[in-house]
Amino acid sequence: MFAIVTTPIDPRSLESVVSRGDGGIATFLGVVRGTDAGGKPIAGLWYEAFEPMALREFESIAREARDRCGDVRTAIVHRVGEVGVGQISVAVLAAAAHRAAAFDACRYVIDALKARAPIWKQERFLDGTARWSAGA
Amino acid sequence: MRVCVRAFARLREILCASERSVDVPDGARIEDLWALLCQENAALGRERNSTRAARNGRLAAFDERLCDGDDVAFLPPVSGG
Repeated sequence: MFAIVTTPIDPRSLESVVSRGDGGIATFLGVVRGTDAGGKPIAGLWYEAFEPMALREFESIAREARDRCGDVRTAIVHRVGEVGVGQISVAVLAAAAHRAAAFDACRYVIDALKARAPIWKQERFLDGTARWSAGA
Repeated sequence: MRVCVRAFARLREILCASERSVDVPDGARIEDLWALLCQENAALGRERNSTRAARNGRLAAFDERLCDGDDVAFLPPVSGG
């Protein structure tokens, strides 16, 4: 399951990829922090994506996770548009027979997504200013 | 020939458009399209080193030749997650 959504992410929706043979499920949820790296208060983040390319990148990353970690199933959902403080911007789930592969795949997927997926975020501050994030 | 240009995030703001059509000479490369856009928006020039291009949804080198109807996206450094 690979999706880009404009509405709040329900982490449980990613569980649709889990199969009966899976004994380990690792989930990563990226959540909007209330301050930037320098402590400046944030109202929310704005995300935009080059959607068709981002979805293809999600599929490539999932394939790579299988090549590296073995028999794993992954789900990736990223939200776009305005995302408020405390809300989920991205969810990754990896399911495998055992925990090691699930943890490894989950970590691989979120790291690769942040480095490669054509998605951008803008920090929108409480004082009304805004700044495009410099990169992963 | 005519191509569709897409820009995202900071580049979208500089170009004041997320999507637009641009006429380019036959045989033009992505680099030529970029130069054309830079003529209209001097601020774009500063972004060249950090910008990647995609042609019809796939990453493409700036020296790749364009075809009529191509979809060219200019991508600033990504920051998803």
